Amino acid sequence: MGMNIAEKILAAHTKTPEFRPGDIIKVSVDVALANDITAPIAIQAFGSSGLTRLPDPDRVVFVLDHFTPNKDIASANQCKLVRDFARQQGISRFFDGGEAGVEHALLPEKGLVVPGDLVIGADSHTCTYGALGAFATGVGSTDLAAAMMTGQAWMKVPQTMKFVFDGELRPWVGGKDLILYLIGKIGVDGALYRVMEMEGPGIDALEVSDRLSMSNMAIEAGAKAGIMAPDEKTEAYVKPRATRPYTLYASDPDAVYESTTIFDCADIEPQVAFPHLPENSRGISEVGEVAIDQVVIGSCTNGRIEDLRVASRIMKGNRVAKGLRCLILPATPLVFRQAVSEGLIGVFLDAGAIVGPPTCGPCLGGHMGILAKGEKGLATTNRNFVGRMGDTGSEVYLSGPAVAAASAVTGRISAPQEVLP
Amino acid sequence: MIFKGSAWRFGDDIDTDAIIPARYLNTSDPGELKKHCMEDADPQFPTKVKPGDIIVAGKNFGCGSSREHAPISIKAVGVSCVIASSFARIFFRNSFNMGLPIFESDEASRAIGQGDLVEVDASTGLIRDLTTGGEFTARPIPAFMQELIADGGLIEHIRKRGSI
Repeated sequence: MGMNIAEKILAAHTKTPEFRPGDIIKVSVDVALANDITAPIAIQAFGSSGLTRLPDPDRVVFVLDHFTPNKDIASANQCKLVRDFARQQGISRFFDGGEAGVEHALLPEKGLVVPGDLVIGADSHTCTYGALGAFATGVGSTDLAAAMMTGQAWMKVPQTMKFVFDGELRPWVGGKDLILYLIGKIGVDGALYRVMEMEGPGIDALEVSDRLSMSNMAIEAGAKAGIMAPDEKTEAYVKPRATRPYTLYASDPDAVYESTTIFDCADIEPQVAFPHLPENSRGISEVGEVAIDQVVIGSCTNGRIEDLRVASRIMKGNRVAKGLRCLILPATPLVFRQAVSEGLIGVFLDAGAIVGPPTCGPCLGGHMGILAKGEKGLATTNRNFVGRMGDTGSEVYLSGPAVAAASAVTGRISAPQEVLP
Repeated sequence: MIFKGSAWRFGDDIDTDAIIPARYLNTSDPGELKKHCMEDADPQFPTKVKPGDIIVAGKNFGCGSSREHAPISIKAVGVSCVIASSFARIFFRNSFNMGLPIFESDEASRAIGQGDLVEVDASTGLIRDLTTGGEFTARPIPAFMQELIADGGLIEHIRKRGSI
């Protein structure tokens, strides 16, 4: 019987490769990731285990990206706890200060995750790396502590759902629009416990950055992983960056899927998810009149250089609408540097946007762009739960960078064509 | 083990931002986190919930962020167990890893009313609504996860057995 990519990667990482969906297996972990919110609990759990030294510090990656630059004293203390542990244990993949970026933009950029890897991260958006042909999934801090101790994790072997994007992409449609459309069709638990494997001409046409933003949101459909087969674009992205040898897996022609769903890209216009769930997505032509107070462009979903280029094309020569706050946070120091050298930051500043450092801050209502009661925000982030970006009486809409930039100019949720016909 | 307490009902898709809002994640101290448990879903909950009480929710409980602060806050506030028609996967594994008992039962999730006195037998998965007399059976827990609970969570499991 044929195997799909997820099953092949799991099989390559376990001593019991004769598994079936539903079995619980033990797998070896190539990368174990945590951030300033989740690492402290993992470090405490590690401390309680009786071990004093990490058996393999090179397997561990810590990124201080959530409440950094330190938003308050308590956050500073959490960062210090992680920093001290990283120093004491000799963790070389520790990213702090001017080396830190939003983790799921940073790790692929640094070549720290490669195709064929099995990655666990104490951050739900660890599924991002599926776009590179890795099996990557979010776990809790205790799972991370266990991987720090043993190099292993337990996994329930998931069923896989296949999603095919047929046809040609419409203008201004990116990966974010495809994934919001998909989540709108299957719901926030539509892929619960499953792997989503995404393929088709629509995926082939996307650059790696757009694919990363799709896999990033697999968790928003409840999925364990959101995997794409690596192609020549993946390899061109990975090859110059990879810190380790990689393996390119493809699903067998007779691989087994729980279901196969085919979407026609001709039906997919730029999408907007309405409050308070990512499944409330609509095409931009069905949005109506929604005035907004704030736009955020950034995050592990859409803070890459390609996203900033899209935003810059739309904002060039335009001004942010009076009374609207537009925050642009390049996701990593390298993205920031590129945006400076390509002149994008100048475009944003000329437009009256606020440009800030790489941080997850506003996405989870941490800091740098909190919404007040009654305010509406449009963000290129991945979640719009009640109170996600501020007061429980605020509202968050989600979109890709094109709609976000156009809306920053008009002051209401707008199609990109409205600003750049 | 038998859990017995009053039911606190919540709806579908209760996300971890509702269980413990991110604005409180600058600490992992259970004593702090419990003050804000479920506060964005029901501001009364952290002060009115009693030790042993049981959360009864709809589908996809615990969706969203992987923060373990969510099950930590639920345990710390004194909730004995959570019943839902389904759990989001990271919350599901976090609960077993750190020893918060959870039970999946669609029927129980639909039938149990706010404030009903509920009893759960963890060994058999039998859920009884003592207020209405209703009886339900939770989905069986895989053997490995029963081991995790018996050992007192994942870290203790590794300490006892030398590996996962």
